[in-house]
Amino acid sequence: MSILVNKNTRVLTQGITGATGQFHTRACKEYGTQMVGGVVPGKGGTTFEGIPIFDTVEQAVRATGANAVVSYVPPAFSADAILEAISAEVPLVICITEGIPILDMVKVKHYLNNSKSRLIGPNCPGIITPGECKIGIMPGYIHKPGRVGVVSRSGTLTYEAVHQLTQLGIGQSSCIGIGGDPIVGTNHSEAMKLFNEDPATDAVIMIGEIGGTAEEEAADYVKHHFKKPVVAFIAGQTAPKGRRMGHAGAIISGGRGTAADKIAALKAAGISVAMSPADLGSTMKAVLEGKGANN
Amino acid sequence: MNIHEFQAKQILGRFGAPVPKGQPASSADEAAAAFTALAVPKAVIKAQIHAGGRGKAGGVKLISSAEEARAFAAGLLGKTLVTHQTGPEGRVVRRVYVEEASAVARELYLGMVVDRKAAAVSVIASTEGGMEIEEVAAKTPDRIITEVVDPLLGLAPFLARKIAFALGLKDKQVNQFAGLLAAVYKAFVETDASLVEINPLVVTQDGRVICLDAKMSFDDNGLFRHPDIRELRDPNEEDKDETEAAKYDLSFVHLDGNIGCMVNGAGLAMATMDIVKFYGAEPANFLDVGGGASTEKVAAAFRILLSDSRVKAVLINIFGGIMQCDVLAQGVVEAARQVKLSIPLVVRMEGTNVEKGKKILAESGIKVIAAADMADAARRVTQAIGVGA
Repeated sequence: MSILVNKNTRVLTQGITGATGQFHTRACKEYGTQMVGGVVPGKGGTTFEGIPIFDTVEQAVRATGANAVVSYVPPAFSADAILEAISAEVPLVICITEGIPILDMVKVKHYLNNSKSRLIGPNCPGIITPGECKIGIMPGYIHKPGRVGVVSRSGTLTYEAVHQLTQLGIGQSSCIGIGGDPIVGTNHSEAMKLFNEDPATDAVIMIGEIGGTAEEEAADYVKHHFKKPVVAFIAGQTAPKGRRMGHAGAIISGGRGTAADKIAALKAAGISVAMSPADLGSTMKAVLEGKGANN
Repeated sequence: MNIHEFQAKQILGRFGAPVPKGQPASSADEAAAAFTALAVPKAVIKAQIHAGGRGKAGGVKLISSAEEARAFAAGLLGKTLVTHQTGPEGRVVRRVYVEEASAVARELYLGMVVDRKAAAVSVIASTEGGMEIEEVAAKTPDRIITEVVDPLLGLAPFLARKIAFALGLKDKQVNQFAGLLAAVYKAFVETDASLVEINPLVVTQDGRVICLDAKMSFDDNGLFRHPDIRELRDPNEEDKDETEAAKYDLSFVHLDGNIGCMVNGAGLAMATMDIVKFYGAEPANFLDVGGGASTEKVAAAFRILLSDSRVKAVLINIFGGIMQCDVLAQGVVEAARQVKLSIPLVVRMEGTNVEKGKKILAESGIKVIAAADMADAARRVTQAIGVGA
């Protein structure tokens, strides 16, 4: 078991002929993911390394039985690509692309709300269920199958957490990067809900960062509904107010979204907060061994 | 991206929002000519910098002759204006805006932002104009009106009227406000704005509702659609190193410490700043070299870091996913040779091609302090400047 993706997931790549799409479709296929098709308007009928390409998502789904789409489409055309996938009722839509205009995401989010799809991202590394299915740009080899879930807004910081876990011999059930933009398809609380319902997940590492209030809302969810231990880290404790820290979403504005507020909310919810990013793995290890937070 | 007040007013005016007429000037003569051209009895002359609080800092003056305009502009242009928003270093005034004066009866606040929680544009209004909205929110939250705009409906007239009545507007002002709000919303969505702030929005003594001040910021991700707005970028208002970094598509922010940090990925970059502080030192910057950084990009990043004389040591923390450690190492070696590295360099590398990367650094002859993991890196870099535990 796992969340959202497993060995039966059949994946389409939107933008499969671009450099990024090619590179990662190949890497995901090598990892063992069922990459069943590609979508590039105007290139229908051709193939990429044996993978059939279609003009529309709808055609691709009908022909391949795909139940997930990953998009590497450039930012200017990305919202339209997501809308097409939602319109084709693909259950899981993952958008890796960074740099989508926020007002485009306002429209996407609105359309998504009454749809049959779940969106992960944009501006995210994707999702992996180690040993079964990797969709996105994360390095597969650092992962190890197991029972700890990881959810994060950031890519490389997720790798850091996963690497620490694997080094300590702790495997992962699924690792999901929800994206660093202000408006994303799936937020921390929704990801936590999925892990809560997954019998193969025993505990979760939740990585947040400054900006917005998604971590506070997730803390509230954990406090009232979550049945498993949670270890958290908030990046940006040293970030100044009003300056965007790389991610469009990582900004302390109007006095809201500070790391201190988030850490306080997490601790109040009984979550073990690692104050140093180097302690994510060891904090989880202590929690799993029933020792609680060690800092 | 931020723009100047006069540029924001030009944009809002183009979309039909009522703004006072005015002209920008970059010399004392131009300011005098602007006053004459406006042909009004009284005008306001305002320093154009990307910061608020100009009035209190002496950057705004009511004038009634071309000579006064000339004298005030002459005293202001080229001078540094320090307001509560500029920081102690202040901003150099390179332009002033000469604008017809308005007889103000009431000052209101009108703001528009992308509300991340609602995933829509929100209108924020208040009867407490002229004050900082954060302050109003803290002291008198009941005086703040927030309405979410449905992205499908756009700014419906009923919503505008609702806000107008809540602001205590009456009679013709209600429809005037509704028209103004619709124009501001149209400007917002059609320019990919991320923030519009009209503070104050005023009711004049003769009953008109107009934008007396205006601030606009734009979504950097949307700028590709608006070459005309991109042109309005004022490099004088931006940090020199940050502008240089942006040329190489690097995300860079100056901070106050002395440990230069170079990291891939925004989250890991923030976490690296945090761990430096955790070990007792202060980061000099945030720097995300991005996912697929080239040797050239890494070298540029390294040069920018080392150009800051406050930087006493450099910490490189890379978790190679897409980014390959050997590419990073090559960039560091090239840059270190160009700049003649004379301060401690701590490198922590993990991930794709890490062995190749380590080999390149080891064989380069550059003095590199290798770190085993993030904590080790932070410990070593703080020790290198003599503050570490």
